[in-house]
Amino acid sequence: MKHLLSINDITAAEAISILDTAAQLQNLTSGTVKKLPTLRGRTVVNLFFEDSTRTRLSFDAAAKRLSADVTNFAAKGSSVSKGESLKDTAQTLQAMGADAIVIRHGASGAAKRLAESGWVSASIINAGDGTHEHPTQALLDAFTIRKHFGPTRSDFVGLKVAIVGDIVHSRVARSNVLLLKKLGADVTVIAPPTLIPYGIESWGVAHSFNLDEDLESFDVVMMLRVQLERMNEAYFPNGREYSRGYGLDEVRLGRLKAHAIVMHPGPMNRGLEISAASADSVRSVVLEQVSNGVLVRMAVLYQLLAGPDQAATGVLA
Amino acid sequence: MSELLLKNVTLADNSQVDIHIKGDRIFAIGSDLSTTGEVLDCSGLMALPGFVDLHTHVREPGKENAETVLTGSRSAVRGGFTAVSAMPNTNPVADTAGVVEQVLRLGKSAGLCDVFPIGAVSAGLNGEHLAEIGAMADSAAKVRIFSDDGKCVSDPLLMRRALEYVKIFDGVIAQHAQEPRLTINAQMNEGVVASELGLTGWPSIAEESIIARDILLAETVKSRLHICHVSTKGSVELIRWAKSRGISVTAEVTPHHLILTDELVRGYDPIYKVNPPLRTNDDVVALRAGLADGTIDIVATDHAPHPAEDKDCEWASAAFGMVGLETAFGVVVTTMIRTGLMDWKRLVEVMSINPARIGGYGDQGQPLEVGAMAHITVVDPKKEWTVDKQALISRSSNTPFHGSTLTGDVIHTIYRGALVLKDQRVMGGENVSNG
Ligand SMILES: [Zn+2]
Repeated sequence: MKHLLSINDITAAEAISILDTAAQLQNLTSGTVKKLPTLRGRTVVNLFFEDSTRTRLSFDAAAKRLSADVTNFAAKGSSVSKGESLKDTAQTLQAMGADAIVIRHGASGAAKRLAESGWVSASIINAGDGTHEHPTQALLDAFTIRKHFGPTRSDFVGLKVAIVGDIVHSRVARSNVLLLKKLGADVTVIAPPTLIPYGIESWGVAHSFNLDEDLESFDVVMMLRVQLERMNEAYFPNGREYSRGYGLDEVRLGRLKAHAIVMHPGPMNRGLEISAASADSVRSVVLEQVSNGVLVRMAVLYQLLAGPDQAATGVLA
Repeated sequence: MSELLLKNVTLADNSQVDIHIKGDRIFAIGSDLSTTGEVLDCSGLMALPGFVDLHTHVREPGKENAETVLTGSRSAVRGGFTAVSAMPNTNPVADTAGVVEQVLRLGKSAGLCDVFPIGAVSAGLNGEHLAEIGAMADSAAKVRIFSDDGKCVSDPLLMRRALEYVKIFDGVIAQHAQEPRLTINAQMNEGVVASELGLTGWPSIAEESIIARDILLAETVKSRLHICHVSTKGSVELIRWAKSRGISVTAEVTPHHLILTDELVRGYDPIYKVNPPLRTNDDVVALRAGLADGTIDIVATDHAPHPAEDKDCEWASAAFGMVGLETAFGVVVTTMIRTGLMDWKRLVEVMSINPARIGGYGDQGQPLEVGAMAHITVVDPKKEWTVDKQALISRSSNTPFHGSTLTGDVIHTIYRGALVLKDQRVMGGENVSNG
């Protein structure tokens, strides 16, 4: 594996191998040793064209815990604003010796373009490209689900997962659908028709316009962030109505299975897609998702940069 | 008077003749003709009336780093075109007599093919007020086609008035059919591919709703409507219906919409970014059928050159458009002739006779007959060739066909009796830099 651009690029076995590596890394770093020497001398650049403090900090921590040198390059707000500069910026980073570039960009496909255009030779990790994908988010979500439903299981067969909210604009939803399906989970996306992607029938998932219909059946309920600006584009009338139809409030929370977990990629709009009580309830695994994010990103960096042989055996040097 | 003899050349009806050209006219057609001038052995080649493009972006004035009237003319004759039509979305916009006359002059001084300026419908392409349509029609450029191409004349009132106004001189409005509210930030065809790629969709209905409206407007005001770059199956059906009602509507399809689909966008390579977008296989099949059965009248290139940096970036930032003059003939032969959908007579109609008729381009698009103006394209109908973007004559190289193999290529182009392309070499304007 040279790049991680899309969940489509990895097999189920490779995904499980990343999750296994993340679990091993957790064991290794849970005691007094917080830092491993694995990537000493390697340079990881966080190239962020969009503000995302939490994702950047997560990659930053992951790279540092593997002893990599980390450079943060926030392209937003600088002179970088247009396409040509993606190429220029990437080539500058390459010249500075980047072994891996972690890219967050507002344009769908930006990571793939960077990896396949011949501009740079570094490994590319997609940290979110427009409304396309966010593969490390899906991996950390899978890691979190696995912790709760069987830490050594190699598939998600029999698990029922609901993804609720702005599916059409969500890179988190796209990556999660691909990975959860790959692992055999039974996935339903739930949203008003305006926020369901065109041709959802071809995605291999169920879809519903009604959150209340089958709520008791889900093991995992993944709430997506909804941007209030969408109401200006006529996707829904207003926040109140959205909340009433698709928000996870206390009543809905109470209807979930005893063992069901509530997930959210953050940052949450409390009171819009999720009530404060739901966000802070015992079912909520939102903070676990954050800490698991660092482990999974360590595992990805490890597998991309520490060499295929080591990665394949899963043995940490 | 210069003379030229095409020996043993095949015509669209499959007969084999010699064509003797004297000055700018066809002097004789027959067998065993002779000349004191140049003789071209055309065994195995076909002579067709010079191709006419009704949709060309020559970028001058304003974006000469992408193309100029001269480089665009050179590219045109390499593709067998003896006439092109310069779209008005230049800088300044061709919305006054002054600008269209400037483009006309640039075309004449290049001297390789006719360059017919198309005038803007609205001042500054802003979709609010009519441009000086009458002044452009009365100018030396004698503009007859008006278009806001690149933008849709979306205001129904403005569209109605424009259609009415051009009746003064039997003009035509060429509509770029794209409902703007349904295509905000649109990046590619709305469909399963766009959904998976997370790119904002450009739905077929945005094209079809404008076509439906404009057909009814044209019927109401009894004027002439031309639909640019039809790209969807539904559009073909609407135009077929309009023609069956006797409404005065004509339509064009681009070569790329006859062969490429949105599946190509999966790699996010902006070389495939074009407006209207590449559609689905169903649409391609319907467009081919529409071109074959006469619903679609012409092939037009929508030649849209862009400098490398406008495509060497991520998808969302890249410019829309593809160059097309030099590959048009090969694509049409590959998609329509080789598949048996169309014969050579129909190819001549869609690439020469019909576009010249729609534009009112006098001596263009005439049958190859004694006394006719000698606009002739000599092609090798069987030649298989691989498109090389570096070898394009255009100043820009944004072709989606790089590395593709096409059947059929242009060998010689004759414009007003002069050999402007000989053995695939452009005979004029060589001193311009190409990049
Ligand atoms: Zn157009």
